[in-house]
Amino acid sequence: MMRRLVLAAVFLLSALPSAFAVNPDEVLADPALEARARALSAELRCMVCQNQSIDDSNADLARDLRLLVRERLKNGDSDEAVIDYVVSRYGEFVLLKPRLRGETLLLWGAPVVLAFAGATAMLLFARRRGGKPTGTPLSETEKAELERALRGD
Amino acid sequence: MIIELGHYALVLALATVIVQFVLPVIGTARGDRALMAVAPAAALAGFFLVLFSFSVLTFAYVVSDFSVANVWENSHSLKPLIYKISGVWGNHEGSMMLWLLILSFFSALVATFGANLPERLRANVLAVQGLISVAFALFILLTSNPFLRLAPAPAEGRDLNPVLQDIGLAIHPPLLYLGYVGFSVCFSFAIAALIDGRIDAAWARWVRPWALAAWSFLTAGIAMGSYWAYYELGWGGWWFWDPVENASFIPWLAGTALLHSALVMEKREALKIWTVLLAILTFSMSLLGTFLVRSGVLTSVHAFATDPTRGVFILGILVFFIGGALSLFAFRAATLKAGGLFAPISREGALVLNNLILTTAAATVLTGTLYPLVLEALTGEKISVGPPFFNLTFGGLILPLLLAVPFGPLLAWKRGDVFAAGQRLFAAAGVGLVLAAVVLYIHSGGPVLAYFGLAIGFYMIAGAVTDLWLRAGIGKVKGNVAFRRLIGLPGSAFGTTLAHIGIGVTVIGIVAATAFQTEHVVEMKPGMQVESGGYTLVFEGMRQGQGPNYTEESGHFNVMRGGVTVTDIWSSKRLYMARRMPTTEAGIRTFGLSQLYVSLGDAMADGGMVVRVWWKPMILCIWIGALIMMAGGAVSLLDRRLRVGAPQKARKVKPVLEAAE
Repeated sequence: MMRRLVLAAVFLLSALPSAFAVNPDEVLADPALEARARALSAELRCMVCQNQSIDDSNADLARDLRLLVRERLKNGDSDEAVIDYVVSRYGEFVLLKPRLRGETLLLWGAPVVLAFAGATAMLLFARRRGGKPTGTPLSETEKAELERALRGD
Repeated sequence: MIIELGHYALVLALATVIVQFVLPVIGTARGDRALMAVAPAAALAGFFLVLFSFSVLTFAYVVSDFSVANVWENSHSLKPLIYKISGVWGNHEGSMMLWLLILSFFSALVATFGANLPERLRANVLAVQGLISVAFALFILLTSNPFLRLAPAPAEGRDLNPVLQDIGLAIHPPLLYLGYVGFSVCFSFAIAALIDGRIDAAWARWVRPWALAAWSFLTAGIAMGSYWAYYELGWGGWWFWDPVENASFIPWLAGTALLHSALVMEKREALKIWTVLLAILTFSMSLLGTFLVRSGVLTSVHAFATDPTRGVFILGILVFFIGGALSLFAFRAATLKAGGLFAPISREGALVLNNLILTTAAATVLTGTLYPLVLEALTGEKISVGPPFFNLTFGGLILPLLLAVPFGPLLAWKRGDVFAAGQRLFAAAGVGLVLAAVVLYIHSGGPVLAYFGLAIGFYMIAGAVTDLWLRAGIGKVKGNVAFRRLIGLPGSAFGTTLAHIGIGVTVIGIVAATAFQTEHVVEMKPGMQVESGGYTLVFEGMRQGQGPNYTEESGHFNVMRGGVTVTDIWSSKRLYMARRMPTTEAGIRTFGLSQLYVSLGDAMADGGMVVRVWWKPMILCIWIGALIMMAGGAVSLLDRRLRVGAPQKARKVKPVLEAAE
């Protein structure tokens, strides 16, 4: 116990990503269940880390969450039920992929709206421009220069 | 004394770049050629002053002069020389110095190689470069001065963050900044064009080499950073959609779009206004990236709010340049005459599609990166936007582009035939599917989508080669004629092909390494073994070691195949003495393009070690692809046609007709 505390202290000081995520003692016996647990872990944020999922983090809190996810899965929860349960305890912040709600409407809408608006603008632009002559006519000096260049001096 | 000289040189550099901005602007306004001619001289002088200042700072690091606060905070007398040098830019102040150095370097390049630019254009471009330099020199001197002294001088430094003591860090930031800052030249060209209200194909021809060079460096910088994270952070990930990574990826996406739209503008005089806007946006994204990384706003909105000096200053720079440029664009864009008609199905149309998707993707990544910050600042609510979001949205956007890439070079300018192009790509698609089927035969059991992903990668490579194949007329004309045609093709054709092959290779690497990697997390005692990727790893035991400024524990593994030892792997955990900070040094062995990746976990009470072993098939393709893309950029740069005013080489070979469209 003491050793783990010391380790935790060292890691908190460093506050850096380290490589000790899932430990062998956490792994579920049923490979299918374990695979689901890993997939879910990748979607859940380690709350005390910077931009790490609980699957990648060695923080104690991440470990607790991993165990919690596995506990729920063993009890027969569906993936959605596990996520709902975790969110009910830790809030939306825990989701690395936010759900579509009022607050995240713009986030999810942005790619769709932008792609759509861009495509529409392109089409309108192409239609409006159709058939009109283009390019700038050469100015007198440019014409003279061109003449000179063509004569080759 | 020497430190004060460096400090003084920096102040002098500020004065010089002010001159570089002010006099040419007055010169162009009055039509005074003498004032305009000041710009190149000032740019060169500014560069040498910043270079001197930067060298002094480097010198202070090399001799471990801990009377300089910045050296004391980030260096240590026992640190190996290379990390003393790279430590210069391993911290905030030093990295801003590197930014300024590279910015003035590019100004000096424009001054040197811009002799054939029209006078006014060159003066305006250098003036804008000067103005950006003023902003950053002021920022360094007022908020991030690396030359501040400590009295009395401490005896020993506090060392550089250990994860940064790595060869990757020595190379990564300079490459990245060469990319970031290189786009400043495109930005300056865009502003100069807007000021003059005149823009033509020649403009695009001047801008494209800068965009190409910056893009190549940025590609290399991002790939380098990705590989560094892969081997240094120790859990085998190579891209995390971390805001810091996104900050470099967004300008890359915008810059890629810029390269392609500048092509349309150069060849067809179309998309002028859009290209100018993209040039502005690309550098704006570079500035935004600098703001995100340097202001501390990413770590915490609150940390930013409590010590906002630097953040507010950069935000000011950001608002001034982006806002100013966009306002100028809004006022002046109408004066730029649009040109170049094209049908929707044409090379131009394909490049417009490319631009649409790339800019939408850039905007999506930008939204995802900023959304949590903005939402928290506005409502106080905290949400996370992480890899699952980006993989879904970015992946969905980029997939159609990947499929469309080989079509681009095969479509004719002005009016193309998508069915004809499709027919020509039939073989490429076939190659992709057959190769994917071969992989399925050899290595079945992966997710179905993975095989489609591989097929897309192979198809992209074959599709890129198809363009050269057809243009050389291989199979249609005699071998020697085809060969002569092939080597007679312009450098930019090879550049395009290489860059597109590079994307294909990267796609293959990403798909294979993601879908077919295997992971084993086991507790091992000496003598135990684990299977991975067809190899058997035997744990031989642990050994204590000692580096110049760290202690380490290393695990030794023998790698066997078919009962025979093929190689061995050392995987270590280090503890850096000065900061009492642990790092992992993963043990990596390369087999062809695949890698075995061994990382040590905790020691168990009963004497076992937690060991993580990954088999990462084809993972090297991810970075090799990036290198190929970069090579494509370099080959394109060597194309003589890009060098305005370069005399045409007399051709012995009669110019060959390009493949009929």
